[in-house]
Amino acid sequence: MGESLLEVRDLTLKFGGITALGGVDLSIAEGETLAVIGPNGSGKTSLFNCVTGLYRPTSGSIALGGESLLGLSPDRVTARGVARTFQNLRLFLHMTVLDNLMLGRHLHFKKNILAAAARMRGEEIRHRAKVEEIIEFLDLEAWRDSRVGGCAYGVQKRVEMGRALCTEPRLLLLDEPVSGLTAEEKEEVSYWIHEIRGRFHVTVLLVEHDLRVASRLCERMVVLDRGLMLAEGAPAEVQRHPGVIRAYLGDQ
Amino acid sequence: MDLVETYREELRFARKPLGRTLLILLLVALALLPWWGPRAWLSRASMIWLLAVGVIGQNLLIGYSGLISFGQAGFLAIGAYAFGHLRILGVPFSLSLAAAGAAAGLAGWLVGFPSLRLKGPYLAIATLGFGTATYQIFANVEWLSGGRAGLSIPALQPPFGMSRDVWVYLVYYGIFLVFTAAGYNLISSYVGRAFVAVRDSDIAAESMGVNLSRYKLLAFAVSSFYTGVSGALMAQYLGHLEPQAFNISESMNFFVAVIVGGLASIEGSVFGAAFVVLVPALFGSLRWAVPVLFGAAILGVLIFEPLGLSGMWLKTRLYFRLWPFR
Repeated sequence: MGESLLEVRDLTLKFGGITALGGVDLSIAEGETLAVIGPNGSGKTSLFNCVTGLYRPTSGSIALGGESLLGLSPDRVTARGVARTFQNLRLFLHMTVLDNLMLGRHLHFKKNILAAAARMRGEEIRHRAKVEEIIEFLDLEAWRDSRVGGCAYGVQKRVEMGRALCTEPRLLLLDEPVSGLTAEEKEEVSYWIHEIRGRFHVTVLLVEHDLRVASRLCERMVVLDRGLMLAEGAPAEVQRHPGVIRAYLGDQ
Repeated sequence: MDLVETYREELRFARKPLGRTLLILLLVALALLPWWGPRAWLSRASMIWLLAVGVIGQNLLIGYSGLISFGQAGFLAIGAYAFGHLRILGVPFSLSLAAAGAAAGLAGWLVGFPSLRLKGPYLAIATLGFGTATYQIFANVEWLSGGRAGLSIPALQPPFGMSRDVWVYLVYYGIFLVFTAAGYNLISSYVGRAFVAVRDSDIAAESMGVNLSRYKLLAFAVSSFYTGVSGALMAQYLGHLEPQAFNISESMNFFVAVIVGGLASIEGSVFGAAFVVLVPALFGSLRWAVPVLFGAAILGVLIFEPLGLSGMWLKTRLYFRLWPFR
């Protein structure tokens, strides 16, 4: 485990009178997997949206590898090496699986509109090889030319993960990667998340409701409740934390 | 068997031998139209080629990028007048054409700025405002539009003693081919992918590294470049420019062509252009009924064949590909 990759300090996000995040501190080491858990509405996705630049936090700081991400538009944040998936899938439904993944390579294209209009395809071919690597890794060969809109939910989730991987991120944010999947698919996705770290050298930050999956995958867990950090530590410790039990099950 | 061995091979246009042969035959037959078709077809076909360029431009915007514009007549007028003035100054045809496209493209880029904030119907209204304003300016500023006399554009001089309508047909057909090919190439490249991504889910596109502002403005600029070229070709075709040619009904014409031809389809745009040229020609003295038919056609397409003529074309091809099975 190396140096700290993502540093979130005293992050606060307010919508009018509502405090979505109230002073969250978080740090992830390079190569680590960290899970953020918490009841619905506790600010997990808001945290993701702040990190990826979709929301502007009210105060606090976010830094990736020592450089601040604050004030960057989402595409700039992605260029710095942060990729994400969405809780409610946001795929390009009218494109094929292949094109969805190719869009993940968009950042790395040498852009030249005249060459594109003249059908110079060197860049396409160069990136296609990279995309095929991910298609193979995620077992997507059978759906390569299918429209994403027509694929099964499990496949769509996989495509979304693949698309994020195509950007070659340093930090991968997975928003509920196994929600809505069958037991078997959950096993597969857990395996992939585990494999990703070694194969693509990414650090993973995941939001998950399935505690069994989350505690198996991560080294550390952070619990959010109503925008506040409730607990932090190894999965087993966190699950015994009285505040966490209260937040999930209520008072006895 | 259909075996592809390299990525380059897979990216070829009209990859399969049969389709390739038929396409080449069709393109050659159309190039030779002046030598086998009746004279009367030539000017009508030239009209289709020039409109198709504009409709492809409009489709890149509405169909691919999902940005609605009702101001196409404005870009058309900018292209036409820029071209007209340059031609009168003695600038050669090809340079004037490029300049007309560039002028309209620049205007499109500027009009694109509201698109960074506005969506759907709100953007439609903003662009409608641009179209109307441009028309009013050309109608009322005399030094721009040549006043009551209009603007007369010097005719194309055909080489080798060719007759003028044949030469115009060939030039327009060539330009149409170049712009259609460029359209196909663009949409199958990273540019087209980014356009469609912005249309399908702007948040995801942004999160995957697509700069939203840049691609929305680019969509407007490319689209109006096409429209400007179309306007310039129209100016040369008419030989005489009056602002009346660029009112709101011209924008509607483009809109009808895109919807009837098929959203997000290049060949659909060509079908659509043919539709808006050929159908009014069939009506003869019943011209007043043309808008009624256009309205009915849009309704019919939206209800029965949302992909328009290109959808019907796709189904026909599928039928023959699967024949004799079904």
